[in-house]
Amino acid sequence: MTTNNSALPGPNDIARDVLPNGITILTRSNFNSPSVVIGGFFGAGSLFDPDAKLGLADFVASALMRGTKTRTFDTIYNELESAGASLGFSSGVHKSGFNGRSLAEDLPLLLNLLAGSLITPTFPRAEMEKLRTQLLTGLAIRAQDTSDMASMVFDEILFKDHPYSRAEDGHPETVKKITQGDLVKFHREHFSPHGMVIAIVGAVKAEEAVRQVKRALGGWQVTGQKEALALPPLKPMKKTVRRHHQIAGKSQSDLVIGMAGPMRKDPDFFPASLGNNILGQFGLMGRIGDVVREKAGLAYYAGSSLSAGMGPGSWEVNAGVNPSNVNKAAELIVSELKRFVEDGVTADELADSQTNYIGRLPLSLESNGGVVGALLNIERHNLGLDYYLRYADLVRHVTRENVLGAARRFIDTEKLAIAVAGA
Amino acid sequence: MKNQPTETTLANGLKVFLKEIHTAPIISSWLWYRVGSRDEVQGKTGISHWVEHMQFKGTPQFPANLLDKAISHEGGAWNAMTYLDWTAYFETMPADKIDLGLRLEADRMLNSQFDPSEVASERTVIISEREGGENEPLFMLGEAVQQTAFRVHPYHHEVIGDMADLRTMTRDDLYNHYRQFYVPNNAVMAIAGDFETGKMLARIRELFESIPSGKEPARVARPELPQNGEVRLSVEGPGSTSYVQACYHFPAASHPDFFPLSVLDSLLAGPSNLNMFSGGISNKTSRLYRALVDKELAVSVHGGAQATIDPFLYGITMTIHPKRKPEEALAVLDKEIKRAQEEKVSKEEITRAIKQARALFAYGSENITNQACWMGYAEMFAKYDWFQTYLEKLAKVTAKDVQRVANEYFKPQSRVVGTYIPLSGRVK
Repeated sequence: MTTNNSALPGPNDIARDVLPNGITILTRSNFNSPSVVIGGFFGAGSLFDPDAKLGLADFVASALMRGTKTRTFDTIYNELESAGASLGFSSGVHKSGFNGRSLAEDLPLLLNLLAGSLITPTFPRAEMEKLRTQLLTGLAIRAQDTSDMASMVFDEILFKDHPYSRAEDGHPETVKKITQGDLVKFHREHFSPHGMVIAIVGAVKAEEAVRQVKRALGGWQVTGQKEALALPPLKPMKKTVRRHHQIAGKSQSDLVIGMAGPMRKDPDFFPASLGNNILGQFGLMGRIGDVVREKAGLAYYAGSSLSAGMGPGSWEVNAGVNPSNVNKAAELIVSELKRFVEDGVTADELADSQTNYIGRLPLSLESNGGVVGALLNIERHNLGLDYYLRYADLVRHVTRENVLGAARRFIDTEKLAIAVAGA
Repeated sequence: MKNQPTETTLANGLKVFLKEIHTAPIISSWLWYRVGSRDEVQGKTGISHWVEHMQFKGTPQFPANLLDKAISHEGGAWNAMTYLDWTAYFETMPADKIDLGLRLEADRMLNSQFDPSEVASERTVIISEREGGENEPLFMLGEAVQQTAFRVHPYHHEVIGDMADLRTMTRDDLYNHYRQFYVPNNAVMAIAGDFETGKMLARIRELFESIPSGKEPARVARPELPQNGEVRLSVEGPGSTSYVQACYHFPAASHPDFFPLSVLDSLLAGPSNLNMFSGGISNKTSRLYRALVDKELAVSVHGGAQATIDPFLYGITMTIHPKRKPEEALAVLDKEIKRAQEEKVSKEEITRAIKQARALFAYGSENITNQACWMGYAEMFAKYDWFQTYLEKLAKVTAKDVQRVANEYFKPQSRVVGTYIPLSGRVK
């Protein structure tokens, strides 16, 4: 098949600049629509949350736009929404991040609001209390969500005694304990331009985008930041652990079955990723979808996913099923995992998934938001500006033996984490 | 590059829109059928959505196990959706592979098999889809409000259908529905992306023009009568969070009042985003957010209109603050509606709503899939011109128009108010 590389981002059309204060800027112009998308990340993830105040990084991210030194909550959003623009922050385990979009003419406004929120948030007390109630309501809704709760219980089993076992948005009792002082301290200790990355894609020239970022964020300097903590190793599971989280009155249960997976920089990442595509994504959710949904008619959705980041990843199968069919679906999934580990994948299956990966790449990059995600992926995992040009070769390079090797390394059907949430 | 699409109708009645966009080696092809829950009667609710599922179950040329892999193999994205007025299928693919998508759609316009065993396994899949919906308080509340707002018109029921019908509909019911509505003269094809119009049109003629046209599908003609008096209802269920949904009867998308109402929607609840493939914006400076969330009666508020053939609903959904009662939030909502009815909005507020719409349009045009989508989507409830002149029509809206439509459509006696009462304890 032919791949038109001219549509893929590469060294010829990605500009990469690093400001003296440590901010890396990645830009790619696209004048096909008069809009721009920005995205980025910086330190300050939930790894820094004390157990008793779990949800702190998330609270801080949610609170950044509630007031800054020069603007109130209402002023910030009035400027933003009057321009039809959007901006938001979110926190992850290792990093916090932001994304926003506007018409190109409003990029300076967007960057000013970003800078104010990052550098001089004031965490006004009245706004914090409003926000706390919203966060607690979110947690009350989460407690009723079978999918969220099954994922949470799955992480608790798989990542037992590891920081990844913790729910990033915390629990009602921990969110209630977070004070305004905690937010101020967290911001002081963990927010810094050093290591921050910002990607800008849209109707703006690279040099102009860099000039605007410099004007908004170039003067940001901080000292005395806390270093990120080293992750402890993940303890391997010794046997299958299954837990059922009861949520009364629900007509559908969510089921998660899985195990640890590769880190993003692991050489087994591509073999595991292509293997996972065959297992639970390709077509209408791969082999799992075929068995659980198409043949047995047990679920509206059934598939698998690989989550590979900076630390140990997870490899999980998800399905939403009637409570009376949970065991039947679980048996079918485990037997598919067994087949996957014992027999591996066929040459046709691998070839299908390889052409699927290569062919769909331009689709994932057709919007500015898609390209922003791709640029941040390059920078976060140090993949090189030519990564998307090399991507097809990386995919083609994977053999059936590689897939089988990755499957056998990560999947042991006697040592699974199984979580169910529902009635 | 051609910015204006080419519009033509084949001899069998299939309407075709083609728009060249040469920014990426991608083509997005959409096939829209004028069939949705609006075309369903009791006993067969959910049939349009189920037929959509069956369209993935194979033809003699593309058997089910081949069909679901063929598009993925070529790196394409494809899906389908069923709504009140329409059912749509799309494939977005590398430009040199789109022919597969076109052949597949031409084939399944006529030749889907509806194998009885596939119907049986899909029945439980769809029941499972509905059970997933029933897990959500807002699905249960929305369904109750909708069925109360429409006693006569088929907008009465949810697109997914009633469980009773999902359990009893037969293979022949489904097949007959398919044959009745999946005819070229009831369809619109919309393709955007990296192609030459002449060549693409020739290929479409080759694949589709020989499909015989069918009888113009009969429509359920049961217009809803005006509602004379507010209706309140409640739904009880698990959880500890209360929700209130207030729905007002709204005009069809083709009605001139839809545009001043869109401006009013922007002011009240933040602009509704009609794009299917790009996100909207926040609404934290909308009138309702300021009155309800800033003042801690609710923790969130959202409003939205739908573009439909027949008059449908404008819904305002509030997640109630844990220390407040639903009726307190409702009283504040009423005050804000009254304000829009009594006071003229400022010129600045209208200008702001138009700028927001302009930005949302720009975001939508980043993406080829979304651009192809709009050509067919607009045809389902109006004409493509509706989309192309949308911003111009908004620009003509005056403060007087906004005040008039606020009075005409936001009458308490023509609304349905639903409250979700959580069973796990609340403020008494």
